[in-house]
Amino acid sequence: MKGLIKITVIALVLVSFVSCKKDTRPNYQFMPNMYESVGYETYSESNAFANGKEGQLPAEGSIPRGYIPFEIDNTQDGFLLAKETLMSPLDSTQIDSKRGKELYTIYCGICHGNKGKGQGNLVKREKILGVPSYDDAGRAITAGSTYHTIYYGKNAMGSYANQLREEERWQVVAYVLQLKADLEK
Amino acid sequence: MKKSYQSLEDNSTKNMKQVIYRKLTSNILHLGFILLLTFSTTLNAQDGDSAKGKTLFNTNCAACHNLDKAMTGPSLRYVETRLSDEQGLDRAWLSDWIRNSAGLVKSGDSYANQIYNEYNGTAMTAFPTLSDQDISDILAYTATDPVVAATPVAAAGSGSGASEGGISNKIILGALALLFALLAMALVLVRQTLNRFAEAKGVELADKKRLPLWKAFAKNQFLVLVTAILFLLASGYYVFGYFMQVGIDQGYQPVQPIHFSHKVHAGDNGIDCKYCHSSARVSKTSGIPSLNVCMNCHKSVYEYNGETTAEHSKEFYDGEIQKLYAAAGWSDADQKYTGDAQPVKWVRIHNLPDFAYFNHSQHVTVAGIQCQTCHGPVEEMEVMYQYSPLTMGWCINCHRETEVNVKDNAYYTKIHEQLSKKYGVDKLTAAQMGGLECGKCHY
Repeated sequence: MKGLIKITVIALVLVSFVSCKKDTRPNYQFMPNMYESVGYETYSESNAFANGKEGQLPAEGSIPRGYIPFEIDNTQDGFLLAKETLMSPLDSTQIDSKRGKELYTIYCGICHGNKGKGQGNLVKREKILGVPSYDDAGRAITAGSTYHTIYYGKNAMGSYANQLREEERWQVVAYVLQLKADLEK
Repeated sequence: MKKSYQSLEDNSTKNMKQVIYRKLTSNILHLGFILLLTFSTTLNAQDGDSAKGKTLFNTNCAACHNLDKAMTGPSLRYVETRLSDEQGLDRAWLSDWIRNSAGLVKSGDSYANQIYNEYNGTAMTAFPTLSDQDISDILAYTATDPVVAATPVAAAGSGSGASEGGISNKIILGALALLFALLAMALVLVRQTLNRFAEAKGVELADKKRLPLWKAFAKNQFLVLVTAILFLLASGYYVFGYFMQVGIDQGYQPVQPIHFSHKVHAGDNGIDCKYCHSSARVSKTSGIPSLNVCMNCHKSVYEYNGETTAEHSKEFYDGEIQKLYAAAGWSDADQKYTGDAQPVKWVRIHNLPDFAYFNHSQHVTVAGIQCQTCHGPVEEMEVMYQYSPLTMGWCINCHRETEVNVKDNAYYTKIHEQLSKKYGVDKLTAAQMGGLECGKCHY
């Protein structure tokens, strides 16, 4: 009988050792100072700045290399101005419709549909509604209005300025106009 | 007995109805009754077709209007009756507004200007193409009563079915364990009784004089040696295994501050990985999306309507959306950012040691590798976990096996040709392109 108790005790100890490994905790490391960065890791916390974050906004007024400021405002007047006057800086040789399609499929197709008819997956599943077709006569989209909408967003649509760079935005605009032309055929 | 039963029957008609309610056929009848009611009221009120109106509403209006909730524009349930009761405006005014709201605002109409200013001067898109019939269809749809009675019944039915399927496996395992325990106890008891019988009948048990097993074992030196070697080898194997997994976080599944289900977003809704993790295309780090990316959709998606489980109910998911609103500083009631935002302290799962360099854009954009190759079936993960070990051996193995796409890659044609000649192969692997050189990842 004593043997049985001893065996149970040993088994319990072993089980408790094994169950100590939890998936909600990272594993042990041999030499943590070789694994963990001396410099700040992306998105980490940091005491160096007042708001406690490693990721800081650039100093006010600074612009990234190659950045061209977009001078049209985020207003209804700005939208109409862009619609009438803004043109794509890309000429026909710079338009890469393969890349435009790729980017369109990632960022726009989920709502606007891969053919631009406003029947993307989220619309079909009734998560987001009221996405217009690109050939909608009341809207009569142009390169400028499309760019303005991607840059600032419009109504329920948000801005995509931080997911697409300037050149990529114009590639998407070119692809949207191509879809519009296909729909109007 | 019989009398009391009969007298009960009269009083319990209400209870009886509730029991019948469960049945499918009467359920459908009930639903039909509700539909009939809604249709009959709309038919009395105006001559539009609310089913057609729903389609038109969803394509044209729903981007900015919800029936019961102010979004970019005001909520629209019973809009026509509300307008005529409160403002004294008729169908003609509403048609003018729908076809050309900007014109109506410019003409100086007082209520048009009031509503225009109330919604921050957002001009409603003009719909000149909508016919009178279209508008009356849409208004018929806005005049329908909300249907709520039918949904909870269906939800409750599906919920109980799912939980039953989940338990059954555990029950079977538990029953088996119980069975084995009973069997073992029975054997012990049988042995004890047999011993007692032997004692009572005066039979001498033969094994009393025999050496105990462990003493016989200890006396046999050969057996001891073999066992010791086996024991050492086995423990060596396990100790080696234990040390080899130190520093590897495969399966690491932390609890995140906001429960973000990749299964719902990438799986059910089919949103591309790069929609949110857009910097994986262009940068070393595959970024955690900032909250404005969440809000691109969650401005409109304010509640969860998909599949639920016992653990993750609709209330749970809705609460998580509220957490997002609090973090982003979005006031759902006013449809405005309050400016009071809080950073979300996401817990990082995939983390390479400091001495290894890895670049996402190189793998995602240049090599065109699917995210799932390294991150596993993310679109099926309710809670995200680390799928791959992320060890050096794992990296190198993939570099040895993965063939580089040499077709239509004009810029590198020459070096591809030279390398294929050097190795005498048609297709180059990442390793043959220099993917095993130390300095590529460690510097």
